Amino acid sequence: MAKTIAEINEKIKKGEAVVVTAEEIIDLVDQKGLEEAAREVDVITTGTFGPMCSSGAFINLGHPQPRIKISRAWLNDVPVFSGIAAVDIYIGATEMAEYDPLNEVYPGGFNYGGGHVIEDLVAGKKVYLRADSYGTDCYPGRQWETEISLDSVKEAWLYNPRNAYQNYNVAVNLSDRVLYTYMGVLRPQLGNANYCSAGQLSPLFNDPLFKTIGMGTRIFLGGGIGYVVGHGTQHNTGTARTQTGAPIRPSGTLDLSGELRGMSPRWLTGYSMVGYGASLAVGIGIPIPALNEEVVKAAAVRDEDLIAPIVDYSLDYPQGTGKVLGEVDYAQLKSGRIEIDGKEVMTAALSSYSRAREIAGVLKDWIRSGDFTLTQPVDLLPCEARCDSEEVS
Amino acid sequence: MMVRHKIVLHFPHEQVGKPVVSKLVRDFDIDFNILKASITPREEGILVLEVTGEQKNYLKGLEYLESCGIKIQPLSQDIKRDEAKCTHCGACIAVCPTEALTIDRATMEVSFDDDECAACELCIKVCPPRAMEVHY
Ligand code: SF4
Ligand code: SF4
Repeated sequence: MAKTIAEINEKIKKGEAVVVTAEEIIDLVDQKGLEEAAREVDVITTGTFGPMCSSGAFINLGHPQPRIKISRAWLNDVPVFSGIAAVDIYIGATEMAEYDPLNEVYPGGFNYGGGHVIEDLVAGKKVYLRADSYGTDCYPGRQWETEISLDSVKEAWLYNPRNAYQNYNVAVNLSDRVLYTYMGVLRPQLGNANYCSAGQLSPLFNDPLFKTIGMGTRIFLGGGIGYVVGHGTQHNTGTARTQTGAPIRPSGTLDLSGELRGMSPRWLTGYSMVGYGASLAVGIGIPIPALNEEVVKAAAVRDEDLIAPIVDYSLDYPQGTGKVLGEVDYAQLKSGRIEIDGKEVMTAALSSYSRAREIAGVLKDWIRSGDFTLTQPVDLLPCEARCDSEEVS
Repeated sequence: MMVRHKIVLHFPHEQVGKPVVSKLVRDFDIDFNILKASITPREEGILVLEVTGEQKNYLKGLEYLESCGIKIQPLSQDIKRDEAKCTHCGACIAVCPTEALTIDRATMEVSFDDDECAACELCIKVCPPRAMEVHY
């Protein structure tokens, strides 16, 4: 029995919608069968919380007097991009404060970067702006120093060109020295294996063939409201997939945006990756309308059916050889130990599963209370032909 | 004058397994209690000791340990976790040598057990939101 988004929204507004999380749908399908579960459930909520480097914010500062056409600017000493209109800037999550020693004393701490500026802004803190310009007839201002906050600026949007990776590498280290990577600290000779996905709760693992998540989908973003702008950078759907359509390699990505006001530091957190750089941990929750059995079946996927590649970050990743050491499923990863080449290796995550679970719960509450309705995507995301093949890993 | 101190010894890779500490008793007449011992992810040894002895012997003993390439750190500091900052990511689990930081597989939340902590400080920089703090 198929449903439409309009029908589901009617139920949401009446407070009658049946909403479950991507974890709860697994048990429900187990207990009641796919047909019954698909009939009962209206929305399935997903969640993920982890470092997402391709994040940042567009801010319009509003003009001082006299007006200024900013050519260079800094927020709390972190350089921002100002190569757009006069007082528009973009602060990127990985940009480092100018005084930061980076990796000069290896491994660097990367204590304060763009991600931290964004966290400070959503925490309501004041941030110090320094800007200069060459001055023009219409914009004579040459220097501007002031404190700004989310209240003082005109507009502020989180704008993340690549978030919510559909699957990711499990990083290991085959070399003899410690590695400091964006996947965390990797101890020598398979000392640990780090992964970064919420698995069965992760948005794109629950809609693997992009049947419902599309351009314009309204989402939980950083604790506030955001939208899917389109597919993200490096969106690659031509990867091999399991029978349920889940990719067994890093695959689809999302381009997300939302108003920064209303977001919170709990869900936008500045991260310092030792020896690597700064980043921003982003909380994302995407609702999946339970349109039909096919959609529900895909969303009922479990960790043991989701497979990730194990990649050596001492050689194969940095050199881009494409070599994969092996495959492992997310249930094994979450157990804390996996086996690689007969050796027991401890696992650690960078993506917080407890926070992912919390987001799916918050979004569920929003929908149940009638505050958050679903949107019909303006367009679906590109998905290559192999998505429809029934390839088994 | 008799003194009693708690100290943390960091053994470089090549010193692990050598009987340096036992020399403290033999050559310097210093008594020690091992409070905690572990091998870190970088294959360095960590030993938390409570040492008792004559002040001048104690200082000589420290000199000797340092000459062996062992880093000595007083255990006056305390490692704390800022609970509000911890995102329960789990990155610290990979480096904590004493299992003071562990993850509950059901809730997937990371807990910090003060009593198990050897104050090795490995988690400090590894924690992405910098929730682990050294207090002096
Ligand atoms: S300082 Fe950190 S890594 Fe070291 S024992 Fe204590 S909790 Fe574990
Ligand atoms: S690394 Fe830091 S934030 Fe992550 S679980 Fe450990 S203490 Fe918490």
